[in-house]
Amino acid sequence: MKFQAHSNLYLIVAAFFALSCGNEQQSENGGALMGSNAAQKVYVQPGEHDEFYAFFSGGFSGQISAYGLPSGRLLKVIPVFSQDAEKGYGYNEETKPMLQTSFGFVPWDDAHHPELSQTDGVPDGRWIFINGNNTPRIARIDLKTFETAEIIEIPNSGGNHSSPFITANSEYVVAGTRFSVPIPNEDLPIDSYKENFKGSLSFISVEEESGDMEVAFQVLVPGYDYDLAHAGKGKSHGWVFFTTYNVEKAHTLKEINASQRDKDFIAAVNWKKAEEYLAQGKAKDMPASYFNNSYSDRTHMATSEERSGVKVLIPEECPGMVYFLPTPKSPHGVDVDPTGEYIVGNGKLSSDMSVHSFTKMMQAVDNEDYDTIISGIPVLNYESVLDGIVPQPGLGPLHTEFDGKEEIAYTTFFISSEIVKWKLDNKEILDRVPCYYSVGHLMIPGGDSQEPFGKYMVALNKITKDRYLPTGPELAHSAQLYDISGDKMELLLDFPTIGEPHYAQAIPADLVKPQSVRTFKLEENEHPHATKKESEARVTRDGNEVHIYMTSIRSHFAPDNIEGIRVGDQVYFHLTNLEQDWDVPHGLSVMGANNAELLVMPGQTETLLWEPKKAGVFPFYCTDFCSALHQEMQGYVRVSAANQDVALKWRLGEEEGS
Amino acid sequence: MKTGKSRILFLFGALILLLVFAFPLWSITLYAPQYPDGITMYIWVNKISGSTESVIQNINILNHYIGMKYIEPDTIPELRYFPYVVIGMTVAGIVIAIVNNKWGYLGWAVVLVILGALGIYDFYLWTYDYGHNLDPTAPIKIPGMVYQPPIFGQKMLLNFDARSYPHWGSFFLGLSVLTGIAAFVLKTKNR
Repeated sequence: MKFQAHSNLYLIVAAFFALSCGNEQQSENGGALMGSNAAQKVYVQPGEHDEFYAFFSGGFSGQISAYGLPSGRLLKVIPVFSQDAEKGYGYNEETKPMLQTSFGFVPWDDAHHPELSQTDGVPDGRWIFINGNNTPRIARIDLKTFETAEIIEIPNSGGNHSSPFITANSEYVVAGTRFSVPIPNEDLPIDSYKENFKGSLSFISVEEESGDMEVAFQVLVPGYDYDLAHAGKGKSHGWVFFTTYNVEKAHTLKEINASQRDKDFIAAVNWKKAEEYLAQGKAKDMPASYFNNSYSDRTHMATSEERSGVKVLIPEECPGMVYFLPTPKSPHGVDVDPTGEYIVGNGKLSSDMSVHSFTKMMQAVDNEDYDTIISGIPVLNYESVLDGIVPQPGLGPLHTEFDGKEEIAYTTFFISSEIVKWKLDNKEILDRVPCYYSVGHLMIPGGDSQEPFGKYMVALNKITKDRYLPTGPELAHSAQLYDISGDKMELLLDFPTIGEPHYAQAIPADLVKPQSVRTFKLEENEHPHATKKESEARVTRDGNEVHIYMTSIRSHFAPDNIEGIRVGDQVYFHLTNLEQDWDVPHGLSVMGANNAELLVMPGQTETLLWEPKKAGVFPFYCTDFCSALHQEMQGYVRVSAANQDVALKWRLGEEEGS
Repeated sequence: MKTGKSRILFLFGALILLLVFAFPLWSITLYAPQYPDGITMYIWVNKISGSTESVIQNINILNHYIGMKYIEPDTIPELRYFPYVVIGMTVAGIVIAIVNNKWGYLGWAVVLVILGALGIYDFYLWTYDYGHNLDPTAPIKIPGMVYQPPIFGQKMLLNFDARSYPHWGSFFLGLSVLTGIAAFVLKTKNR
């Protein structure tokens, strides 16, 4: 008994140490939250819905992932710029055209900045846009279907990074070149950078009803790196601001050579003025070739169209269209507060942060208060446009967002790995919280709009290290959710993400949820190879091209036995899902197919191209566990040698066709 | 115009009978884990509809696993001739109102009750047929299990919680009967 009592005591002591050590470690990692109700704040009861949809860019995954906030639950990965075998995106015949470019089929990109469409400066829940940085493109995703509806290639561009920031009524999404290139691109020595390389700032118009994008015009600018952008709002509506770095015009060892000058610029572009010049016929027609790909929910197909030529405006010929605001030092984000007055330049190598005033900028413009003029672009006097500096707020400021409260701003600091809350008017620092680790963008729902929804803030971090169970050398990027409703920012949740989210945007669920499509109407299906009734299922041959008009409904394909296919045939499985019930997709996979599965939504038609390589009998089956008899949802294709003359025939139960 | 009141009341009853064309007579709702919102089938005097456009297709897909016959409104003759019966009763009601005979009032109401009862019995026969005459090749066969939905009330059919209740159409039909009887009583008292 005595021994047992002792051992119990040891256990209690050990437990006490374990607990106290645990607490200590937790508070170091920002997890202690003693006396807080963080868990309650992020707890969304099973079966309940989140308050916000959050759209995270996938970075090098090329996609967008939709999360619920505050729970941090992953809702969907939306394929955008990268092939997605899971959904057949970029593999099936219908979506391959989405990834066509002037370079041919480009099945991947680096997607950075999701940007919700806006009406009157407020996210409206219609579409979300995102840039492809590598092969310059912008995509538009329809938030009724959560599918990519359009992709447009940006001509005369290299590295589409300062994109697709949107104007207050979705008039334009913009696209600035991060990597200047010869425009038009041609074979030139790289060390002729200073003479020959140029930047372009593209304005992509968005049609009000359909959302169709078009390259309206480009502004040709000096060969700097155009890093990020934001449109003016309220009083500064009509302007778009782009940050630049590398005004040194270095072309090699940029980490040193592009970091020499004390100040780079924020380029302020007056797009209303540009529209005037365009109307006056001041634009030059420049040859260019680029693709515009659109997906239709009626035909369930994408079409790819080549466009040629762009309208280019040259600042020297268009006075008053572009100004440079000197800004220390290699500024990354440029963020405009909800009133449109403050233009925050996040000088990433600067010890202080510069905040410009739109009012002062306009005074300097009126007074022609110029330091110099570069390629026809007046450089406004720094002191004249500066509202003030935030002295030594942290190290490596990158991005600022707003929560809609009076004069409040939140800025990320990459190097000191923190977010700082400060006052726009007196530049006073109010609070700071650590991030895990090295935060890049931050996101507040509606945080770059005229009327932020506020309440939460997400840190999108670049470095993960020890935050989660280790997964070998490659780790998921981490995000942290903070409650910003009070005076102090409070860490609530830490969750891993897909790819490398750069920026994200969030919108109240109520603005998106009611319009979410459940099924596509079969009767409205205009796909040229749709089969709307099981009785119309058939197989046709035209030379070595075989078309299988197939249907799926719980729990069978029609037909499910197919004979008369030959090695060397191109076999198109046109599968129409006859279901008209919510959440009943059917998949189709064929043994040995060199692409991916199909995943067909109710009422939709998709096509799998199969080129059988050898004779034999090959099974196909439904990949989406659709019903109680899903395992029985299968069939066979018989493939004969190329020289065999086996008659084409097909069967479903008693029904036969030939 | 003392006698006018009962006549107007009776006429009103004969006309509101037409509301069975505006509202379903009956509804059957199926709940299951996979159908948290439920799927509802509405039975009208002249058609079968659902809570969404494709309800009949979706119910048929579910029913085929247990070998139940497809519900095909085109093959149900009652849906074709019941509307004539209703219109006939309304026309008869108008004629009786013109004639203004109290026994006519009562007779009309009694006929309507009989027709309503026959309708419910017919509905029962259909549900019996759907629930009992199952395809012997059905993938899911549970010995002794029948799938006749209830006429009134709740019943578990495998994973489906079926609930069957009269709808507004039946309410108006009942109201027609009651106004017919009320007109009869009123006319009798006024004598």
